[in-house]
Amino acid sequence: MAFASKSPWVIHYDASSCNGCDIEVLATLCPGFDGERFGVINTGNPKHADIFLVTGSVNERNISVIKEIYDQMLEPKVVVACGICACSGGIFHDCYNVIGGVDKAIPVDVYAPGCAVRPEAIIDAIVEGVAVLDQKSKALKEQKKGAK
Amino acid sequence: MGKATVIPFGPQHPVLPEPLHLDLVVQDEKVVEAIPQIGFVHRGLEKLVETRDYNQFLYVCERICGICAAGHSIGYAETIERLMGVEVPKRAEYLRVIWHELSRVHSHLLWLGLAADAFGFESLFMHAWRLRERVLDIFEKTTGGRVILSVVKVGGVHRDIDDSQMKEIIYVLDGIMDDYRKIMNTLLTDYSVKNRTVGVGTLSHEEALALSMVGPFARASNVNYDVRSLGNGAYGDLSDFQPILDAQGDCYARVKVRCLEVLQSIEIIKELAAKMPAGDISVTVKGSPAEGAEVCNVLEQPRGECYYYARGNGSKNLERMRIRTPTSQNIAGMVSALKGCDLADVNMVILTIDPCISCTER
Ligand code: SF4
Repeated sequence: MAFASKSPWVIHYDASSCNGCDIEVLATLCPGFDGERFGVINTGNPKHADIFLVTGSVNERNISVIKEIYDQMLEPKVVVACGICACSGGIFHDCYNVIGGVDKAIPVDVYAPGCAVRPEAIIDAIVEGVAVLDQKSKALKEQKKGAK
Repeated sequence: MGKATVIPFGPQHPVLPEPLHLDLVVQDEKVVEAIPQIGFVHRGLEKLVETRDYNQFLYVCERICGICAAGHSIGYAETIERLMGVEVPKRAEYLRVIWHELSRVHSHLLWLGLAADAFGFESLFMHAWRLRERVLDIFEKTTGGRVILSVVKVGGVHRDIDDSQMKEIIYVLDGIMDDYRKIMNTLLTDYSVKNRTVGVGTLSHEEALALSMVGPFARASNVNYDVRSLGNGAYGDLSDFQPILDAQGDCYARVKVRCLEVLQSIEIIKELAAKMPAGDISVTVKGSPAEGAEVCNVLEQPRGECYYYARGNGSKNLERMRIRTPTSQNIAGMVSALKGCDLADVNMVILTIDPCISCTER
């Protein structure tokens, strides 16, 4: 999976974010910050994606959607929690309909805090995510070799 | 007539960054019915008034929606000021309106980009967002935040904009205006855009009134209603304010109304900047809302009229806070505009309504 380290595709899902972080994720991929110079491209299809950007916290209604998207993504995959809501629940942590950060639903690899998360932080997190992706794909290869 | 099938739309869908789920009942590629399902973004933040005092709740209220954050903080602060009978300095009112109108420019540019993306005009999307970055730069320079500004407080504002900064803002806005006119001309005159929007998803004047639509959505169906024309706060000092209307009620009319509103907002900012009064930017607010005191307030958000209601109980915490956001009104109109349109036009109809789901569900 050497190609994965060069151009990771990202998928974005808005869990219960206030939109602040969503628009920052989109702004990251636009010319101002140009996330695409790292080969990152936004896709709407979980099966094409390597990095899963989640914004916002988890609630009863969307926990199944997050799990579903995560399950549809192929291995190796990396999850990035964007914004303090996705990391821990943030300002809404004690709302009755908020379970907590995204790690309550799926394993998270990189946390990018901020309210709203700054595009620079997202870029950093994606670059860090690419390294994790590399490690994961190496581990996967080893595993396959072992199985033979 | 073929058999009716149900096609799910969302919650994770490429055209909308937000989770809106629709069950589209289609027959021969025509939408017969659209059944919205919401609740993916519900956090229940109105209940937080019980645990946060009225000053702290401002920051929660601001985070109802990251696109209209400035509007929500202003709307909430005005509501509490009315509840407690606080008089805000004139300069603070002017500054609030300037930030609010800037956020309208940013919100409409954001929407314009998403709408262009929805019919596959990706370069226009990038251009619109490039212009939007310049507005965000103004925010960053004047408040420190890009989307969540946290600059408004109960009793005024935290930061001042001095004359040199104001000059710079006007200079940047003039630059945006030139570039924006080009984008707007593309959007309004390009034949491929017209093909996708003219006559699609029409909502008549009567329907818009019957369903109590608000904002640019209603104004595109010739409903002459804009909260700004009531003249609250600094809006009362504008020499002339006429809501932008269109009679067609289709997607094209909605695109046009929003496009022209950007220019209108820039004019408002310029006029207020020239008239800016000197003086303090905030007053100290002491005490708490009286028991049983209640008040309501309306504000024109980028997406339409937003209604705030608050009731005090004699303590620092409010008894009840209720916010009715523009999109929760407009969803009814969206469902009715979707009826009878082609499946391929669903994206366009949804986007020209400019739904803000996190406002709706809070
Ligand atoms: S971290 Fe802040 S900006 Fe981001 S979704 Fe949460 S409240 Fe909104």
